[in-house]
Order: sequence, then C-alpha cells, then structure tokens
Amino acid sequence: MEDIARAIVLCGSAVGAGLAMIAGVGPGIGEGYTAGKACEAIGRQPEASGKVTSTMILGCALAETTGIYGFIVALILMFVNPFIGKL
Amino acid sequence: MDLNVTGAKIYCYLFGNQNLPITETLVNTWIAMAIIVGVCIYLTHHLSVRPTSKRQLVAEYLVGMVTGLVHNNMGKKWSGFIPFIAAIFSMSAVDNLMGLTGAFSPTCDLSTLLAWAIVVFVLITYWKIKTNGFGGYLKGYFDPIPVMAPLNVISEVATPVSMAFRHFGNIASGTVITLLLYSALEAVNKLLFGLIPGAVGQVLGTIPFLATGIPAVLQIYFGVFSGLVQPFIFCMLTMLFVAQAGE
Repeated sequence: MEDIARAIVLCGSAVGAGLAMIAGVGPGIGEGYTAGKACEAIGRQPEASGKVTSTMILGCALAETTGIYGFIVALILMFVNPFIGKL
Repeated sequence: MDLNVTGAKIYCYLFGNQNLPITETLVNTWIAMAIIVGVCIYLTHHLSVRPTSKRQLVAEYLVGMVTGLVHNNMGKKWSGFIPFIAAIFSMSAVDNLMGLTGAFSPTCDLSTLLAWAIVVFVLITYWKIKTNGFGGYLKGYFDPIPVMAPLNVISEVATPVSMAFRHFGNIASGTVITLLLYSALEAVNKLLFGLIPGAVGQVLGTIPFLATGIPAVLQIYFGVFSGLVQPFIFCMLTMLFVAQAGE
C-alpha cells in the first residue's frame, strides 16, 4: 500500500513538473515579439542599434521571469520531492 | 543513469551548531571576494595622474563604465551609488563565471540572491521613507484607493523576491541543463563504445569522449552570456527602483 501511494505521488510530481514547464510558452512568445519589434526599430533607425539592443536584452530578461518561476517549480517537484514527506 | 541535483554541500558546522553550517556557497563567496579584492589591489597600485600603465587604463575604463551607467540611469545626484553598483555587479559576475571552472557557483544558491535582494529592498524602503517621510511612506500603500492596500503590500514584497528568483533561476537552470547534457552524453558514449565487443569497449565506454567540446556551446550561452547579462539586469533594476523611490 505504501509503495503504491509513493508511486502515485512520484507520478503526480513528474506530471506536475511537465505541466509547470508550460509556463515557458509565455516568455517564448513575449521574447519573440520583443526581438521582432527591436528588428523593426533598428531597421527604422540603424544609428540607435546599440541602445535598442541593450534595452531589448533587458526586456527579454524581464519577460523571462515567469518562465523561470515555472522552471523553479518544476525543479522543486523533480529533485526535492516535497510531497513524499507528506505521506 | 544516476542523476542527482543537490544544493551546496555542507563542509562542517561552526562551533558544532547545526544552525551554523559552513557550506560550499560560503566558501566560494569568500573566494570570489578575495578574487575581487585582489584584482582591485592589482589594478590600483602605483596610480599616476598621467596614466602610463595599461593596468591603470583598465581600472579607469571600468570605473568610467559604471559611472556612465549610474549617471545615465539614475542621474548625477546619485553618484554615491557608483561603488555599490560596481560591487554588486563585480560580485555577481565573478560568482557566475566561477561556475565555468566547475566550482559551485554561489549564485546557484537562493540564499545568496535573497541576501542581495534584501539589501536592495532595505535601500528602496530607506529612500522612500527619506524622501516622503514615514507618513508619506505609509500613505503610499493606500495610494489610488485604500482598498488597494493588500495588493500594494504584495507588490512591495514581490520586488525583492522576483529579483532574487530571476537571477537564481537563470544560473540554476544553466547548471542543471549542463548537468543533464553531461550525463546524457556520458550515457550515449557508454552505449556507442559498448558496441565494441570485449574489454576494449568496456574501457573506452568509461572515458567520456563525447563530453569534451560539445557542452562548450551551451556553456557559452548559459555560463558567459547569461552570467554577464544577469548582473547587468540586477544592477539595472536596483538603480531603477532606488531612483524611483528617491523621486
């Protein structure tokens, strides 16, 4: 019985880790959009490319945050197994 | 395949107290500090008014870079922040790049980043209270309408937490993905050379040929690029939040 409960918890944690990584979709779309807009801006004003690039990298890194949250949740579910202790 | 992702190793306990562990993070942070202090001493001894050595030019370039960053983002009246921003940037950069040598990167531990974020949070609160007075600071929580107070408290706490998690997540993800790649390459290596029959295959399988060179591509992104962009972003956010608080 104990083994089955453990297996269910591990299985749920693995599925949860996979689902948490869906959070990666949002930053992907956001960063792609940012890069596209930066390309447009550089095309319009090539002399401002340095400033546009550094602002784009900053914006991309900020947009990445939510994806990173999902990743941390996935890591905790996979390697820390917090629910095993609650059996 | 045995894959284990753990945090910092605990070397020993201070005074035998279980609450005061000496971890890998602590030791590597001191090593990073020693490196920074050493570089600073090396770059700044025998300074002259007319720079004659390359060393002094490098030092002047670095100082000028940070000065320009602070002046552009915060304004001239915040010149007192130049040493603080330079300290955070160099500490973070050295910590991240330490991961390239195979040592445990102190920024791979959430405690380090939370400590930095708390320092930044204290600075932000200090400047808010100094510019608006304590009453004005409290009034800021009830800003548009008093109903928003709980949300304002949450957003106040979210600032340091998100700063810490962003930096930690980037470095930790790099470490974990590189680790996964190394173990995968090792397994593939074992499989490929295992096809050679006899003891030769067994011996060749234990030497990870594939793990040389291929991970370097990922290391350039996760180690060098991410490791230098994250300090920049941490400093940028610190500057923006503090300058905003002091307006």
